[in-house]
Amino acid sequence: MDFLWHVWDALAANRDIIVIQTVNGIVTGMILALVASGLTLIFGIMDVVNFAHGELFMLGAYVGVIVLAATGSFWTALIVSVLTVALIGAVLQITTLRPLIGRDPLTTILATFGISLVLQNYALWQFGPVARKIQEPFTGQFTLFYLQYPWYRLVIAGLSAAIITALYLFLRYSTYGIWIRATTQDRVMAQAMGIPVPSVHTAVFAIGAGMAAASGVLFGPLVGVNHAMGLDWVLKAFIVVVVGGMGNLGGSIAASIFISLLEAYASIWVSPSQAIIVSSVVLILTLLFRPTGLFVPTPK
Amino acid sequence: MSPSSRHAKVYWTGFAVIMALLIIAPLVLPEFWRRFLTEILIWGLLAMSSDILIGYVGMVSFGHSAFFGLGMYGAAAAILMTNPPSLWLAILYGLAGSAGVALFVAYFSTRLRDIYFAITTLIFAQIFYVIIFTWTEVTGGENGLSFSRPQLGIPGVYTTPFTSTTLHWFVLAVVAVSYLVLRRITQSPFGMVLQSIRENEARTRAVGYPVERYKIVAVMLSGLFAGLAGVLYAIQNRFAAPDFVYFLVSGEVVIFNVMGGIGTLVGPIVGAGFFLGLREGFSRLFPWIASTFNLPQIAEAPYLIPVGIIFIAMVIFMPQGLLGFARRWLNR
Amino acid sequence: MSPPVTPQDSLVTVEDIHTYYGKSHILHGVSLGVGRGEVVGLLGRNGVGKSTTLKTIMGLVHPSQGRVLLEGKPITRLPPHKLARLGIGYVPEDRRIFRLLTVMENLRTGLDRAGVSEAKKQELLDKVYAYFPVLAERRSQAGGTLSGGEQQMLAIARAMMLEPKIILLDEPTEGLMPRMVSQISQIIDVLHREGVAILLVEQNVPLTLAASQRIYIMEKGVVRHHAAAAELKADDAVIHQYLGV
Repeated sequence: MDFLWHVWDALAANRDIIVIQTVNGIVTGMILALVASGLTLIFGIMDVVNFAHGELFMLGAYVGVIVLAATGSFWTALIVSVLTVALIGAVLQITTLRPLIGRDPLTTILATFGISLVLQNYALWQFGPVARKIQEPFTGQFTLFYLQYPWYRLVIAGLSAAIITALYLFLRYSTYGIWIRATTQDRVMAQAMGIPVPSVHTAVFAIGAGMAAASGVLFGPLVGVNHAMGLDWVLKAFIVVVVGGMGNLGGSIAASIFISLLEAYASIWVSPSQAIIVSSVVLILTLLFRPTGLFVPTPK
Repeated sequence: MSPSSRHAKVYWTGFAVIMALLIIAPLVLPEFWRRFLTEILIWGLLAMSSDILIGYVGMVSFGHSAFFGLGMYGAAAAILMTNPPSLWLAILYGLAGSAGVALFVAYFSTRLRDIYFAITTLIFAQIFYVIIFTWTEVTGGENGLSFSRPQLGIPGVYTTPFTSTTLHWFVLAVVAVSYLVLRRITQSPFGMVLQSIRENEARTRAVGYPVERYKIVAVMLSGLFAGLAGVLYAIQNRFAAPDFVYFLVSGEVVIFNVMGGIGTLVGPIVGAGFFLGLREGFSRLFPWIASTFNLPQIAEAPYLIPVGIIFIAMVIFMPQGLLGFARRWLNR
Repeated sequence: MSPPVTPQDSLVTVEDIHTYYGKSHILHGVSLGVGRGEVVGLLGRNGVGKSTTLKTIMGLVHPSQGRVLLEGKPITRLPPHKLARLGIGYVPEDRRIFRLLTVMENLRTGLDRAGVSEAKKQELLDKVYAYFPVLAERRSQAGGTLSGGEQQMLAIARAMMLEPKIILLDEPTEGLMPRMVSQISQIIDVLHREGVAILLVEQNVPLTLAASQRIYIMEKGVVRHHAAAAELKADDAVIHQYLGV
């Protein structure tokens, strides 16, 4: 009984931090969800594990930096970044992934790993090792309960949720969305129905890339933009995709928030770099006991 | 003479020739290239250990950096804790360290297939990275550990310090013996079972083989030799750093495998040589281009950009690697 | 007397195709033809290569030798989605409807094509709902919740959305109750009256004889016999010989 009182006291004393970390966790979770959705979509539709996804995130952030410096407008930077990186993604898919269709899945892991190395080093070369900064579009804080919390972070969460919702609606109701879902379920019959599956693959890869880029720009003001920023994110995104269920959009969103919250709470007591151990443990437990995903109903 | 014994004769002749070249090499090469060759052998050993999993069992592991790193730190521990540092103790500790990790990974290997296994091994490598990086009191954290080189020989009986030549010969001996051992294993009935697991796991299991046990042994074997490579690296370079545990190192190892040829044991060593050769080549080429054509930014261009592109091209167009390609070309 | 193997005004012609699955040599030189608006039956025991022939026509497998022609033009190496757009519909064995898509969405995969007006789309939908009222009832239900017979109807309806010139039907009556089997018969009739050609692979011999104008019989990867359906109805000794029925 005493132990419980201690826990309660500790919680109460740290109440402020816990509230802030909860909100932080949700914010980070939404960005992670944006990155992971793209990854799980790509995996679901073409069985490709995109190792370069973190680098698309990083490229998005850098394009954001450049366009912001050139135009001074954060929102222009966001849009240009998304479009540019989506295009880069499409080109990459056509040149390096299309030739690998039908081969051992190992080859796509290797090819995307190669791409990630090239992109990382390209960024290192062009931008140097010093981190750049993206200025947030508006500063200012507002009162959350009785604490001060930056507006911008809430905007990030809101925008991410909006983008993901847009993606969901697109998949659910538009013709192309039906094509994408049909291709994910049965690639062969989708072709037999006249759906141009190779183009659908390219489009999905481009969409995933664009989403990663958006995350990069949105998240940019919170951390420095540098060539290695993709590495941490790709690891977390993989954990999320596995825990949420490969190819399961709803699952990866839930998993993103879950894991980000856990890490946010964990970083109250340990350093952020050690917080990844928390997510790793979750991953391992999931793989041991519920390998299809924590948020997926157990297959009957 | 039957074709198979002729084949064997050709093989062993070739092996002897290459060994002779590698033995003479440090006597004629300048210091830089001597060390370079030794490094190729060490990375080659690491890649060879990875080939057991990728080429023979069919499991891609991104966790080899963990085995390598633990071998390195294990050796470091032995060297720092004993005085004078003992070579054999270093090897022992290093192998013990990597064996421990290998056991851990092996447990999961039996439960996960393909991509889940690859991602999990990657995460493991990162967990170890974080532990080593942050546990500064024991591991030296970000800066790693530096130490002296133990002496060659048997303590108490006869020891002599390594020269870069004798170190090369020591490494060559270890790598050559490892290669022969691994070759013997992969050509044994055990190795055949591993390959049939790669071809069709379900069928192998249906026939009655305890697939899990074979996988565990394969992972342990792979981990041990990777750890051995780590020990050699520690001895050669006299420091251990967390960078080597980062999963990118595992990725580079897989690159050596692919470039050289998966499933050939020798291929990975060739792949390591090819990769490191390209690295040296481009690191010299770029500054030269920069100064000759007055393009200063090229001087700083990272070698991994062209090497990465070559790697991707090889995955698409030459998936059997250099050795596979050479073999096909010779068969024509 | 049997009609020539490849009719002059043939819609789809298959010329001496050899198809492999890995190392297995499945088709050893199959030749056949389907004329415009014709119903042609393809009979044979299990495993002789009937489904593989359909898949080769549909571009789902590529032959190592031989040609497939559509209206006289070679289509052998074209990808399946192009063939669907050119007017070949495919209804596979085991139906393969999109289980997680609704009935309506299943139909839309064939309906949503470039160059089709909204009015035309509505017309096609109405027609198909008239033929298959049960699909109209279940239009918002997920494909996976339909019964076997309903899924078969959906698979055929879906192919009809492409306004195809020919439909490749692979064992449509397999696993269906007798009531549904006669419904399939009626649908084949309807399609025939609309001028859609059909290449029908079936195990149900009486249904095939009744529905088709011509029959091919396959054995071990080649066409062994070819006759008008009327001939075979009169003298079915050949059928017993090849199918043991």
